[in-house]
Amino acid sequence: MISNNTIISQLRSLYRNNATLSMLIVIFIFLTFLFSIFLPGKIFSVANFQSMAYQLPELSILAIAMMITMLSGGINLSIIATANASGIITATILTKLITADSGNSFYILVAAVLAGWVAAFLIGAINGFIIAYIGVSPILATLGMMTLLQGLNILYTKGYVISGFPPEILFIGNGTILGIPFPLIIFLTIAFIIAILLDKTPFGVSNYLIGSNETASYLSGINVKRVLIWTYAISGLLCGVASTIMISHFNSARAGYGASYLLVTILAAVLGGVNPYGGLGKVSGLVVALFILQIASSGLNLLGVSTHFTKALWGIILIFVIGLRNIKFKNNIKN
Amino acid sequence: MTIKDLSKKYEFYLFIIIISLCILFSFFTKEFLTLENFLDLLTNYSFLGIMSAGMLIVLISGGIDLSFTAIATISEYMIALIIINYNGNLLTAFIVSCLIGIILGCFNAFIIYYFKAPSLIVTIATLNIFYGFIILVTKGRWIYNFPTWFREMRNIFEFTAGNGKEYEIALPILLLLFVFIITYILLNYTFLGRKIIAFGGNQEAARRMGFNIFHITIFVYAFMGFLAGVGAISHVLIVQTVQANAIVGRELEVIAAVVLGGASLAGGKGTILGTILGVTLIAIMWNGLVLMGISSYWQPVILGLIIILSVISSAYSSRKSILGGTKIDIK
Amino acid sequence: MNKTENKILDLKNISKHYGGVQALKQVDFSLNSGEIHCLVGENGTGKSTLIKIISGVEQPESGAIIFINGKQELRLNPIKSIQKGIQVIYQDLSLFPNLTVAENITIHNYSKGNLKKVNWETTKKLSIDILSKIKLNLDPNRLVSSLSIANRQLVAICRAIATNAKLIIMDEPTSSLARHEIDALFSIIKELQKTGITILFVSHKLNEIMEISERVTILRDGVKVGLFDRKDIDDKKLAYLMTGKKFSQEKLAEKVKKEKILLEVKNLSKKSNYKDISFKLYEGEILGIIGMTGSGRTELAFSLFGINPPDSGDIIIEQKKVSFKSNKEAVEAGIGYVPEDRIGQGLIMDQSITNNITVTVLKKLLNRLKMIDNKKQKKITTHWVNSLVVRTSNISNLVKTLSGGNQQKIVLAKWLATTPKILILDSPTVGIDVAAKHGCYEIMRELSKRKIGIILISDEVPEVLYNCHRFLLMRKGRIVKEFQPDEISENELGNKIIEV
Repeated sequence: MISNNTIISQLRSLYRNNATLSMLIVIFIFLTFLFSIFLPGKIFSVANFQSMAYQLPELSILAIAMMITMLSGGINLSIIATANASGIITATILTKLITADSGNSFYILVAAVLAGWVAAFLIGAINGFIIAYIGVSPILATLGMMTLLQGLNILYTKGYVISGFPPEILFIGNGTILGIPFPLIIFLTIAFIIAILLDKTPFGVSNYLIGSNETASYLSGINVKRVLIWTYAISGLLCGVASTIMISHFNSARAGYGASYLLVTILAAVLGGVNPYGGLGKVSGLVVALFILQIASSGLNLLGVSTHFTKALWGIILIFVIGLRNIKFKNNIKN
Repeated sequence: MTIKDLSKKYEFYLFIIIISLCILFSFFTKEFLTLENFLDLLTNYSFLGIMSAGMLIVLISGGIDLSFTAIATISEYMIALIIINYNGNLLTAFIVSCLIGIILGCFNAFIIYYFKAPSLIVTIATLNIFYGFIILVTKGRWIYNFPTWFREMRNIFEFTAGNGKEYEIALPILLLLFVFIITYILLNYTFLGRKIIAFGGNQEAARRMGFNIFHITIFVYAFMGFLAGVGAISHVLIVQTVQANAIVGRELEVIAAVVLGGASLAGGKGTILGTILGVTLIAIMWNGLVLMGISSYWQPVILGLIIILSVISSAYSSRKSILGGTKIDIK
Repeated sequence: MNKTENKILDLKNISKHYGGVQALKQVDFSLNSGEIHCLVGENGTGKSTLIKIISGVEQPESGAIIFINGKQELRLNPIKSIQKGIQVIYQDLSLFPNLTVAENITIHNYSKGNLKKVNWETTKKLSIDILSKIKLNLDPNRLVSSLSIANRQLVAICRAIATNAKLIIMDEPTSSLARHEIDALFSIIKELQKTGITILFVSHKLNEIMEISERVTILRDGVKVGLFDRKDIDDKKLAYLMTGKKFSQEKLAEKVKKEKILLEVKNLSKKSNYKDISFKLYEGEILGIIGMTGSGRTELAFSLFGINPPDSGDIIIEQKKVSFKSNKEAVEAGIGYVPEDRIGQGLIMDQSITNNITVTVLKKLLNRLKMIDNKKQKKITTHWVNSLVVRTSNISNLVKTLSGGNQQKIVLAKWLATTPKILILDSPTVGIDVAAKHGCYEIMRELSKRKIGIILISDEVPEVLYNCHRFLLMRKGRIVKEFQPDEISENELGNKIIEV
């Protein structure tokens, strides 16, 4: 092979090595271009950017929660329910304990948020336990957990909204640091941490290996049960973090927030290169896929398209992405 | 079959649990063990039962279908359209409802077959596509102005029992019976049904035997769609309204009933008898709670608990060791 | 051979390539009606491709001529092939575990329609009929999942007979069978021949080929290199033609200094697995455990590896008693295990060579920040790929792109990376060509020189006889006898294994 150090050839080899990522970046640029023609001025307005930058993180952290379980060969259908449960717990503590004394309010705030996170983590761990130690399929386990949590959420809130938070909490979901929305900072930090976790720690690499072949991983000395419990527990914890941003953003907690997010997280994962059967996928791909979906969603919204149509569109895109990938995969095998 | 043979069958245990629950509940409330309650139960759970029969076939074939609630919802709006706007009769509505179900089911099948995509993800996607579409078109409108004759079609059979009370058997119950019978015949007496079971047991072998996998796939999901159409008629007859969000979101109840009845998500396993028992168990559970006065807020919680406990126990009992469990006859 | 005999199959000029690889090159192949013919060749020589072409699953390139029973076939497909009476029994048998024996035997009936009614009486009667033809005593109502592999094989044969097959092709049928089951299979094959059925036997096991076939076709690298009557060939000539190389087998010359005991097993027992197992493994020794499938070998190996805890007895490693609660502890104690099922259990096919080799030592590759040091990872991987001579263009390639022999080297590498004291190899050369086999044996001898203790579990007599310092005969869960290689011959050992 002739060594050719021009920028073009370097870009080319970068493209070949990160085909998915490159393709996604191309789509992103294309979409941005497209929308800037049809919605001149609007899509690139500061206001729009701001609204996207606030919406994106909630969904994205949930998408990461979905992704890590898919990588291990499973799936977490209970992410929304877990997030809502966590949000409700945080909200309850905030509203019940903070009215009395405004001196301690910061500590109570922290305690409330942490309580929500701990609950979410434990829920995830229970999922992981049922899946890893008892051997229930992830679909059934997380579907059952989703139903149980939805029931508990509604049972507790009776459908009402919990509100009346101290103003300090609003910063999490609405504040900015150096002009960058705080939630976006949280999201990018988490994305970075998880990317490192998946790529550079034994836990992360084991997660991929288990997703590709659980038995061989087990026989190679990987503690499969422990890795799976941690995967689902971390997934749960991420749902907790997402819920904190959500309740801060809406300044209230409810049993039914984010119900439409489930499909989008699966779509984002698959679009971002995650193999639904496990073993393959990167955070970078997921992030770009999420940007694409956010731009598409904002654009459609600005064009006046109803959210139901958008949801249907996500379904169509999901099917196409999987189909194209499978067809391309088959062609690769033939060669 | 001897008692020993019986005790090896999963269905036997289900039966015992059901009987025990019946006894338990009849202590708590005397309304439980009445014919009226029984008929009520059958009527209210006919939709669940019809959907479960369809889901059984899908699970046996090794797939899963989460879009049937949206298909049924679309069918329900079509029924309303035919009966209210076009003054059609029940038969026409029935045919249209089933046809819509078949077409949408075929849509699922085409994608699953040609894109070689996991049925879970495809049907989650089509659930949203179908539901998004129907909301877009109907704006989620609630329809309740069915003609009087439609209300009267609900009960097909009335009789007066020995004790002077009047009982009615609803048409949905007959539909339920019809569905269970044809599914039973399909699974146990037709070549296609046996091929579906074989396919669920070993997909690659089915291909090598020359089975037409396309036909099998189309039938499985189209049948589910067809039953969604039947279920739609059943449901509308009972509640006499059409609501966009009445059924969607309750997919798990159906899956739980079928899995409880012994079917496996991996495919190749499951019987009609088991499904009937699974539906019965859930129905009785629910009914007992309602009659005992437990608030409806607790119901989803308890359903979730039942599902989790039952899948745990079924997974626990069928755990396989890495060695495959062969026994050596040591001399 | 009588040239005017009826040829049931006559193929000329068969070529096929996949991507850049030429699987078959202008192969001529024919079968005489009613013969038992063996198609021989190493893995990757095109045997399975030829079978797929005969069964209609694959199409040959243009220029190919196919005659079945004297009639030319232009576009063969699986259904046509079955109609012509060709039945393939694949290595994985392709049975339906969730259906009964009777239904599996009569399964081809179902291809005739969809809405036809199943007649259970007829199904049962037909299956009993066929079972009796090969004198097989099985309950037709049993689920296939409850049968042993040998019985499943026989059910697969019944299925072939049920379709009035004229040609039955068996792809590596003996790989999971014990000696007496192989004998039963061969006698059934001879019975089938008497009814006029032609049998094509695909194999790479030299001794079995010699035992059963009347004629032998040899493929090497996609080309036909020979067609012989059995009496005109012996196993040395076969091996030479199959590989193009001469391989000599010599018993290990060096004796092992029995100084240090690496592993001692005392009265190890586990219900329904094995009983009263006792032996010692010395540093630098290759200890063989030879026995048929079902003798408890793998169960014992798993117990040593920490997965199948024994009920009673002691496992002592370097004078310290151990009681493993998990295989992680076994690995930490310096034990590595190469499983029988390379593809399903030994390797993670869709992951890179790097990941497959370093999976066992992930925790040792951490830098100061507790993260995996990619440089270290690459270094270890490259070291082992080079020292075991794995042929690949890039260590990031997925393991599934490697040949069988190279794949096995990756499995070895991943355990060698843990600097083990003891290596347990469970049937390590199954499905690997002769050249790679001998490469594996060389690696084993190298390792023993480096004082690693090796337990070689196998059911192949030459493998154990020529590569072990001493070996144990295992039968029905017990160790029956210990042998030194120079005190027994190949034939004698072969007989001892079959003894009941």
